[in-house]
Parts: sequence; structure tokens; C-alpha cells
Amino acid sequence: MTADLVIEAEGLVKHFGATKALQGVDLAVPRGTVLGVLGPNGAGKTTAVRILSTLLVPDAGSARIGGFDVVRDAERVRQAIGLTGQYASVDEDLTGRQNLELFGTLLDLGRAAARRRAGELLEWFDLTGAADRMAKTYSGGMRRRLDLAASLVGSPDVIFLDEPTTGLDPAKREDMWDVVRTLVAGGATVLLTTQYLEEADALADEITVIDHGRVIAHDTPDGLKRVVGGQTLEVRPAHPTDLPRTAAILSEVSSGAVADEIRKGVLAVPVVDDAAMTEAVARLAGAGVPVTELSLHLPSLDEVFFTLTGTAHREEVAA
Amino acid sequence: MTTLLERPRTPITSVTPRPRPFRLVRHSLALAKRSLIKTWRTPEALIDVTLQPVLFLVIFVYIFGGAVAGSTHDYLQFLLPGILAQTIATGCIAIGVNLNTDLAKGIFDRFRSLPVPRSAPLVGAVLGDIVRYLIVTLVTVAIGYLMGFRITTDPLSAIAGCLLAVLFALCLSWLPVFVAMKVRTPGAVQGLMFALIMPLSFASNVFVDATTLPGWMQAFVEVNPLTHLVGAVRGLFLGTPLDGHVWWTLAWCAGFVVCFMPLALRAYRKKV
Repeated sequence: MTADLVIEAEGLVKHFGATKALQGVDLAVPRGTVLGVLGPNGAGKTTAVRILSTLLVPDAGSARIGGFDVVRDAERVRQAIGLTGQYASVDEDLTGRQNLELFGTLLDLGRAAARRRAGELLEWFDLTGAADRMAKTYSGGMRRRLDLAASLVGSPDVIFLDEPTTGLDPAKREDMWDVVRTLVAGGATVLLTTQYLEEADALADEITVIDHGRVIAHDTPDGLKRVVGGQTLEVRPAHPTDLPRTAAILSEVSSGAVADEIRKGVLAVPVVDDAAMTEAVARLAGAGVPVTELSLHLPSLDEVFFTLTGTAHREEVAA
Repeated sequence: MTTLLERPRTPITSVTPRPRPFRLVRHSLALAKRSLIKTWRTPEALIDVTLQPVLFLVIFVYIFGGAVAGSTHDYLQFLLPGILAQTIATGCIAIGVNLNTDLAKGIFDRFRSLPVPRSAPLVGAVLGDIVRYLIVTLVTVAIGYLMGFRITTDPLSAIAGCLLAVLFALCLSWLPVFVAMKVRTPGAVQGLMFALIMPLSFASNVFVDATTLPGWMQAFVEVNPLTHLVGAVRGLFLGTPLDGHVWWTLAWCAGFVVCFMPLALRAYRKKV
């Protein structure tokens, strides 16, 4: 018995006809932390979130939110959670404000408090200017913010974010990450699904990797990166003639690893030290090597899966 | 949202939901308001309850009036309660089509993830349609008046007739709501509901005096809920014999709710 697990699931199984969406998934999220559930399309991430948020009843296994069973005490669970996903969304024919006030009323905040809360969230998510426009006129990023605001109306202790940044451009993604950090700083427990190791690494305290409805890895971001490989430093020297000198410098900063030419004119080395990038920049500048590209990458989802399962992951039909 | 970083770290006033009595009523009303806002935003969705009764009245009165009743005015007096009943019954189809469309959208998942009584979204949708039924009643009677229709009883009876029609629509709504939970596409809801409503509206006393129909069909006409609604409205508008039509109509109303509301709610709960 771990006393302070806010989200617990054991052996969740869910089949849709012949599709085995979940085949025994365990999840555990301690209070005030973020669990990143990492997996490709069709891995079962959404099914797991739908079960945890009481939208689906599992075929087998059980789950509890704050100690309340998601099937037997669904009503209590619903009072504690906020859900944002590709599905749980807002009414497009209502304005942003009307949506938030409706959810406030449905959460029994009372008229005045529902109105105040809606104003507060609109302000926080920079939607005040668009508050009285129909949600269907919102841009993709605004819609995502409104969806998230809608799930926060009741100030939930437990927040499910199902692929909150899929389809957002990098700047908007950073904004969303910042929101998540703010929520956690405020004491919320978050379960976040994502297809990006970068996102899980940026936000999560622990990461559960699922594939084909099974957990294939569970670790801290650092632990997972030790297994799947950490960051890769990529450099493109401005002049191809500088490739040998660049390779030598990269090899030094990565303590001896050999730099590969991964694309024509682009060298890459694995780095473990956070200071590697600044050191590389200093040394390249010292040697007078101009570069046109310099970046630090985490392994892509494909690479993660290749390492964990030994097979290249093919796009699944979404379950 | 680039300014988000500058916002206070904990911008959230902690508000704890307070359970209060009559949640179903309050939540249903809140959701009915949502339906009303949507109706208000898409006035073209009111065509079935505005244009349709007008077309039916004009077409039937002026094309068939002379042949069926000898004069268009006599036929108008006879037909108007029938057209009211028919359009109010077909007006119910829209709720099924809308709900079927709505269910596929994220908003219903949102409702299901909130501590809201399971039935509230459906009850709210049904209640929100009261406005549509009031409109159809008003439009039909108003156009009828322009064409020469006259209520020959008293205002109270007339109002009672209108309210009975609206009540009938609210209760009958649970049938299309149930169908909406069971079939896969909005088009299928529309098709199935038309197949159900059309025989009800024609094999009845809506357009002709039922005594002219063949005997086997009269048996159907006599149990047809629309026959009773039309009989009741005719009695209340024109003073024709009520013959228990009001009670039969109320019995049918109760029957629709008792039968289809639980079925619809069960199907809604099961719906993934």
C-alpha cells in the first residue's frame, strides 16, 4: 500500500471487438507529480485515459483516483478530475465564456462563482478578447487553450491531458508546458499522454512507455534516457572542408565518441553532459569553424521504440 | 499566451463544488439553456417548425380543400389542428438528429466526465426544444388565422389545446432520443423517424374524417396517438366532441415517457 498514490491502475484490460486496446496496464502516479504516458498512435494511451476518467469501464483490472474506484465511485472521481483531450472538448456553438460558465454551473459552483471562475480562466489563458466569440471561430491554439481551461473550471486535483500539444507549433507547445508546470506547482497531479519523448522529458517526473496495450518500460526521464540513449548533438559546419576538424572537436566534447555523418554535411555525437553544447560552441568558435546548424536532440519516438522493442515501430491503425 | 510566464504562479481561486439538492433539475435547465443558445444561433434549424406548417396548410387547404370538404374554409377549420399535430410530431425528429450529431463530438465526453447526473444532457436537450414546439404552435395558429381559421371556443380552451400539443411533443421526443442513441448516423435517425411518423400522421384523422377509411385501417386510427391529439385539439379549438381524446393523449404522453425515457437513458449510458 503506497499511501499517496493519487492515480493507481492495475491490470487494465479493454478490448473493442478484435482490437485489444489494453492488455493489462499498470499505472501509478504519486501526489503532486506528473506521469508521462509515452506511446505511438493506437498504443492504448487514450483508452487508458478514458478508463481513468470514468468514460469507459474496463473489461478487467481496476483503477482508483484519490482512493475512489473509477467504476464504483465514478461520481466521486468525476468531482476530482479534469480532462482535456482530442475528445473531451467544448461546445463549438457556444462562446468561450458560455462554455466555461456552463461547466461551472454543472460543477455546482453557483452562478456568481461560475461567472468569476470563467473570467479568471479566460484571463489566464489570454482568451478575454475572444471570450464572447463562438468557439468554432477560434484558431487551433485558442481551441486547445479553451479545452484546457474547460477542464480546470472545478480546480481539479487530478488532471488528465491526452496529447495536449499534438498539432501545436513549438512556441505554443512551450506555452502549454508552462501551463502544466503551473498546475503542478499549484499542487495538481497530472497524467499526460504524448508521442514526444521531449515533452515527457520536459514535464514528467516518471515516464511509462506503452505499446500495443502493454507497458514496455517505466522509469524516470533520466533512467529512460540512459536506456534509449540521451541527447544527440548535431552540427553542420558552414564549409564541408571543415568536417574533419568539426568531427575531432565533437569527439572531444563527447569524451571520445566518434562523430557520425548522419546526413550529408551534418555530424552527430551522443552527449551525456548538459554542458556539452556550450563547450562545443566555445571550441568551434576557438577553432574558427563557422556552423550553420547546431542542435541538441532527444531520440524520436521511433528510436525509443527501436531501442526498447528491437523492432522499428510501424504506424498502427488508431484504436 | 506568451505572457503566461508573467502571470502569478497560482492564478486559481480554489473553488470546491458544493453538492446541492435538485441537481438533476438545475443541470438539466443549464443544459436546456445550452440548447436554446444553439437554436438561437442557427435559426435555419427552425425551418421544420416554421416553413413546414405553412407549406402544408397552404398546399392541403387550397389543393384538397374543395375536393375533400367542399370548401377551403371548412377544410381549413378541420385541417389546422391536424397540421399542428403532424408538424409537432415531425418537429420531434430534429432532436434525434441533433443528439446523434452531438454525441460524436467531444462535448458529450466532457459532460460524462463531469459530476452531472447521467440523464441531465438528454433531459436538457428535450426541455430546450420546448421553444421549438411553442414556435410551431404559434406559427401554425397565426398562419391559420391569416388564412381565415377561427377558434370557436374560448381562449382558455385554446391555450389548453396548444399546451397539450407542446406536452405531447416533449413526451414523444423520447422516441427520437432513443433512436438517436441506437443508430449510427444522423441520416438514419431522420429516415427511421420519418418512416414511423408518416404512417402515424396519414393513417389518422389529420387529413380526412377517419370514418371514410377501410375498417382494418380504422382499427389502427383509433389507437394512433396522433388521432387522439388531433381529436383533443379539435375539441379544444372548435368545440367538437372530446370523446376522451384528452385523456387518451395524456395516457400516450405518459406511455412515451415511461417507455422510451428509460430506454434512451440506458442506451446513452452504454454508449461509448
